[in-house]
Amino acid sequence: MSEKETMMLEVKNLCIQFGGLKAVDNLNMSVKKGQLYGLIGPNGAGKTTVFNMLTGVYKPTSGTITLDGENITGKAPAEINKHGIARTFQNIRLFKNMSVLDNVKVGLHNAQKYTFIEGVLRLPRYFKEEKAMDEKATELLKVFELDGEKEQLASNLPYGKQRKLEIARALATNPKLLLLDEPAAGMNPNETAELMKTIRFVRDEFDMTILLIEHDMKLVAGICEELTVLNFGQELAKGVTSEVLNDKRVITAYLGE
Amino acid sequence: MKKTTLNNLITCGMVLAFFAIFGGLSAAGILGNKLSGLLVPIGIYIILSVSLNLTVGILGELSLGHAGFMCVGAYMGGIFSTIMQNVITVSWIRMIVAIIVGGLGAALFGLIIGIPVLRLRGDYLAIVTLGFGEIIKSIANNIYIVSDKNGLHFSFANAVNPDIIDEATRQDIMKGPLGINAPQDTNLLLVVIVLMITLVVLMNFIDSKSGRACMSIRDNFIAAQSVGINVTKYRLSAFVLSAAFAGVAGVLYSHSITSLVSKKFDYNLSILILVFVVLGGLGSLRGSVIATVILYALPEIFREFSDYRMLIYAIVLIFMMIFNNSHASEILKEKVSALPIFKKRSANAAGGDSK
Repeated sequence: MSEKETMMLEVKNLCIQFGGLKAVDNLNMSVKKGQLYGLIGPNGAGKTTVFNMLTGVYKPTSGTITLDGENITGKAPAEINKHGIARTFQNIRLFKNMSVLDNVKVGLHNAQKYTFIEGVLRLPRYFKEEKAMDEKATELLKVFELDGEKEQLASNLPYGKQRKLEIARALATNPKLLLLDEPAAGMNPNETAELMKTIRFVRDEFDMTILLIEHDMKLVAGICEELTVLNFGQELAKGVTSEVLNDKRVITAYLGE
Repeated sequence: MKKTTLNNLITCGMVLAFFAIFGGLSAAGILGNKLSGLLVPIGIYIILSVSLNLTVGILGELSLGHAGFMCVGAYMGGIFSTIMQNVITVSWIRMIVAIIVGGLGAALFGLIIGIPVLRLRGDYLAIVTLGFGEIIKSIANNIYIVSDKNGLHFSFANAVNPDIIDEATRQDIMKGPLGINAPQDTNLLLVVIVLMITLVVLMNFIDSKSGRACMSIRDNFIAAQSVGINVTKYRLSAFVLSAAFAGVAGVLYSHSITSLVSKKFDYNLSILILVFVVLGGLGSLRGSVIATVILYALPEIFREFSDYRMLIYAIVLIFMMIFNNSHASEILKEKVSALPIFKKRSANAAGGDSK
C-alpha cells in the first residue's frame, strides 16, 4: 500500500477568512487510518473553526479536504456525514427533549431504509427496521453504559453521560472518522481518566480514526499519537506527541515568555 | 407494546368515546340543537389544531397562516363539489374526491411557500405564513366563477360580464365576497372518520424516522445536520403534511355551512388554532384535542352570558396556562401516573419493551 492510501484525512492549504480576519491560515494535516490525532492550541487559535470546515458548517475560502480519497471540500454538513465524518460539540448539542434511545436512533436515521409511506401506513418493513434499530441503538448504549437510562430525556442525564451519549450518537452514523471537540471540558480528573479509556476503547472496538481537540494536556499526552498545534490560525508545530509537547515554541504559546 | 403506541391508542380512544357519547346523545335528542351543532365544528377544529401541532410542536416552526391553508382547501373542495354536483351524484363519493382535491391543493400551496422559506432559519416562516393567510383571503374574496352551457367564466375583482353569460343555464359557483354555496355533504360520521385518519397519520408520522428527524431539527439544528439529517427535506415534509390536513379540514368546513365567505379565514382564526395548540401543550396531540374541545365549546355554551363569555374564556385561558407550566401540574401528573392502574400499565409496557 502506498502512503496515500493509508491516509484517512488529508487537509491541504486550508484557509478561511471572516472579513479581514484569517481564522485559519494555510493548514496542512494528515491523519492516518486508525490513528488518534490531536489538534491543540491556545484559546482562539482556530481549532473549532477547523472542525467546522471539516464538517461543512463553514466553507473554506481555499484549500482542499480529502476523506479516504474523496474530495469533500465545501459539501453540506449532512452530505459530509454520509461520506463518513461524525462529530461531537464543544458545548454539548443533544436532542434535549427526546429520549436517550431516540437520540441514538436519530443517529441511525440514514441506516433506516423504510420510506415515509411505509412509516405512516405501518407496513411490515417499518416494524422490522424499527426493531432492528432499537436493538442496535441499545447495543451502542450498552457500550457506553447508558442502556439503563434509555427511556429518560437526554436533558436529564448528568454531564458526563451527556458527553458519552453525544459520542454514541456520532458513532451511530457509522463514520470512518470521529471528531471530538473538547471531550474532557468540564470533567474532573476521575471522569477524564474514564473518558480516556472510552476513547481508546472506541478506537479499538470500532476500528475508528479519531481527531480530537483538547485543552487537558494529561489527556492529550495520554492518548494522542500525533499532534498539530495551532496558534493564531497557523500551524505552530506538528509531529509525535512527546516531541511536540516539549517543543519550546509550543510551551511559549501556552505559557507565554 | 411500546409506551408511545399505548399513549396514542388512549388518545384515539378518548376522541372516539367523546364523539360516540355526544353523537349518541345528539341522535337521541337529549342534547339540544345548539350543542349538537357544535360537534361537527369541534371535529374540524381538532383536525386543524393537531395538524398545526405538527408544524409548531414537532417541527418547532411558528406558522401564523393555518387559516390560509384551510381557506385554500375550503374553496378548492367547495368549487369542485359545486361544479361536479350534477356529474357525480353520489354525495359521499363526491365528498371524498373533494377532500382529496382540497388536501392536495393546500399541500401544493404549502410546498410553494415552504421551498423558499424553509431553507432559512429563524422566524421567516411566521412572517411569510402571516402574509399568505391575508393574501389568500383577499384573493378568494375577489374571484367570480360562473358556469353556463359554454363552460366556465372567470373574473377577478369584478363580477363576470352578464352579457357573455347564457342566462338559461347560468350557475354561480363563486360570487366574490358572497363566497360559495357548496352542497351540504359533511356529516358527523364523516368528520369523525377523517379526524381519526388524521390522528393516526400524524401519530404514525411522529413515531417514525421522519418524526424523529423533525424533532431532532427542532431540538438542535446543527446537531441534526451533523448526524446526516436532510434538514430541508424533513422541514418541508412536515410543513406540507400539516398544510394538507388544514386543507382537508377546510373542505369539511365548506361543506358543513350553507354559505362560505372568505372573511372567516382571517388572522384571528389562525391565532385561535395556535392558542389551542400552545395551551394544549406543544408536541402533544392529546393536549391539542382536549384544549380544542374545551376552548371551542366554552364560548358557545356560555353564549347566553353574552358579554361575560369572553371574560370567562380569558379566565380559562389564564388558568390553563398556569396549570400547564406549573410545578403543581408536574406533581399531579406524577401522582396520576403513580396510581395503581397506570403503574400496572407502565410495568406491562416496560416488560413488552424488554422482550
